[in-house]
Amino acid sequence: MTDALDMTATQLRDAIAAGDVSAGEATRACLDAIERTDGQLACFNEVYADRATQQADRIDQRLAAGESVGALGGVPVAVKDNMCTAYGRTTCASRMLAEFRAPYTATAVTKLEAAGAVILGKTNMDEFAMGSSTEHSAVAPTRNPWDTSRVPGGSSGGSAAAVASRQCPAALGSDTGGSIRQPAALCGVVGFKPTYGRVSRYGLVAFGSSLDQIGPVTRDVRDAALLSAVIAGHDPHDSTSIDRPVPDYAADVHTPVEPLRIGMPREWFTDALDGEIAAALRRAAKTYERHGAELVHVSLPHSRIDVADDGALSSYAVSCYYIVCMAEASSNLARYDGVQYGHRTDQAGGDIVEMLCRSRAEGFGEEVKRRVMLGTYTLSAGYYDAYYNKALKVRRLIARDFQQAFERCDVLLCPATPSVAFELGSKTDDPMAMYLQDIYTNSLNLAGLPGLSLPIALSDSGLPIGMQLIGPALGEQTVLRAARMYETISDAADHKPSVTAS
Amino acid sequence: MPETIDEQRVRRIGTLSRIALSDAEVATFSRQLGDILAHFDKLQELDTDNVEPMAHAVELTNVLADDTPGESLSREQALSNAPAHDDDLFAVPKLIGDSQ
Repeated sequence: MTDALDMTATQLRDAIAAGDVSAGEATRACLDAIERTDGQLACFNEVYADRATQQADRIDQRLAAGESVGALGGVPVAVKDNMCTAYGRTTCASRMLAEFRAPYTATAVTKLEAAGAVILGKTNMDEFAMGSSTEHSAVAPTRNPWDTSRVPGGSSGGSAAAVASRQCPAALGSDTGGSIRQPAALCGVVGFKPTYGRVSRYGLVAFGSSLDQIGPVTRDVRDAALLSAVIAGHDPHDSTSIDRPVPDYAADVHTPVEPLRIGMPREWFTDALDGEIAAALRRAAKTYERHGAELVHVSLPHSRIDVADDGALSSYAVSCYYIVCMAEASSNLARYDGVQYGHRTDQAGGDIVEMLCRSRAEGFGEEVKRRVMLGTYTLSAGYYDAYYNKALKVRRLIARDFQQAFERCDVLLCPATPSVAFELGSKTDDPMAMYLQDIYTNSLNLAGLPGLSLPIALSDSGLPIGMQLIGPALGEQTVLRAARMYETISDAADHKPSVTAS
Repeated sequence: MPETIDEQRVRRIGTLSRIALSDAEVATFSRQLGDILAHFDKLQELDTDNVEPMAHAVELTNVLADDTPGESLSREQALSNAPAHDDDLFAVPKLIGDSQ
């Protein structure tokens, strides 16, 4: 069944519909792939083998009966472990939720299933989606299939590594400050974060509520369009979801954007960026130009990256982003009190405050504690204006920069990550160094914009390099079409990682 | 704004956050939180006097639901993940001390 594992979601869907492969065979091939490779990679926290097989067999029965089975009929998909399902566990890779069984299913997952997708299981992540390497998982660190001594990125590292290693054709991730795009870039796959509110957050365990967004991780842009069209749309269960019709992204993804004006933010092409990545991006820009696109220089002054004399990086956007997301996290994670669900200590005697403090101390990992504490601090009396309120003002300046840039171009072409995948353990003792991995990805979460990362080259060391394309609010179609153009015109060969199931 | 976050302050933040901290964690966080807050202070370089705070990426107006009962969890479902429950109630340690 190697063939099925190499197919994209679209190809597999078509092969199943044509009767070349059965849904049952496709699902069993993925389950077998996970069985063979996940000991090395740790992409999955839980696999729903029986349920997935039954789901797939039902698709085959419906096909045999001549029924239509949906836009993802029979396609196996993995889901990040922070999306609730009314079956199995939803752990957020945290001890706090190790045994949590959600009583309902997230809207995005319900929509996948309604479109005929088979849910394989839950993928590993940084605890509560807080991290950029999946090393903050309480389960195990996920490994990068291109080099298992390196991280897959995060926080959706399990989803990215699973798709890259061909354990499954597609997965859902969530992106608060780059958690879909950064791991996609480091694992050589496509990751897409739609506009804030385009996909319902109902059933997504909350981290930074004004930033969180669900999106697909796939092996090509066409699949990103296909999955986005399935999961997007207004949801009465999420009052922040956008009530606008969803275009059929997959239908027009092949139509080039003509004319195409590509903005290159000058603040992001500086010495702070790895030389090999900068060169790959400039080559990609030239490729677009040769095919008729116009390159324009734009400016994002408040997303500027400063390099100190000692080489230390800093950026208004990174500072702004972490203040906002930590403040929101401290508030969102107050719900873990050992009462309604989650871990409760057995060491508290009879005191309720001690029960709370110990339950949270035992249930949360170090990074979560750090963020909850910093968020609590920046929201506390005397500091609120200096940190939180200041960050909200800077957020508006960052968003305005993007608005002005999009007056002169259709999409922005920029880095996804400052470097290729790094070694496990190399940044775990220096939280600020880990936060700076988001330096090119988190500004757009603050502005709520759609962004996509796609693989464009391999480094000399054989590791994937990603390119990020950013669009204006609700500009999903433009981003997907521009990305698909590159995929079609570039000669980026179909490279495969060293750990692969096919 | 403090240049460093001393251990006493870390313990205070731990209490506000309802997280019990070990001595080792207090020492680690004292170092790390100061480093991160120094990065946050970078925003003070910017003049934001006439800038409206932006709490949300998409400017939203209030969404009101119809005042009619919808689907909700059954009592059994609501209690199914509770670490402790007493028949049909969540159980917690006593909130009011004996020596009131």
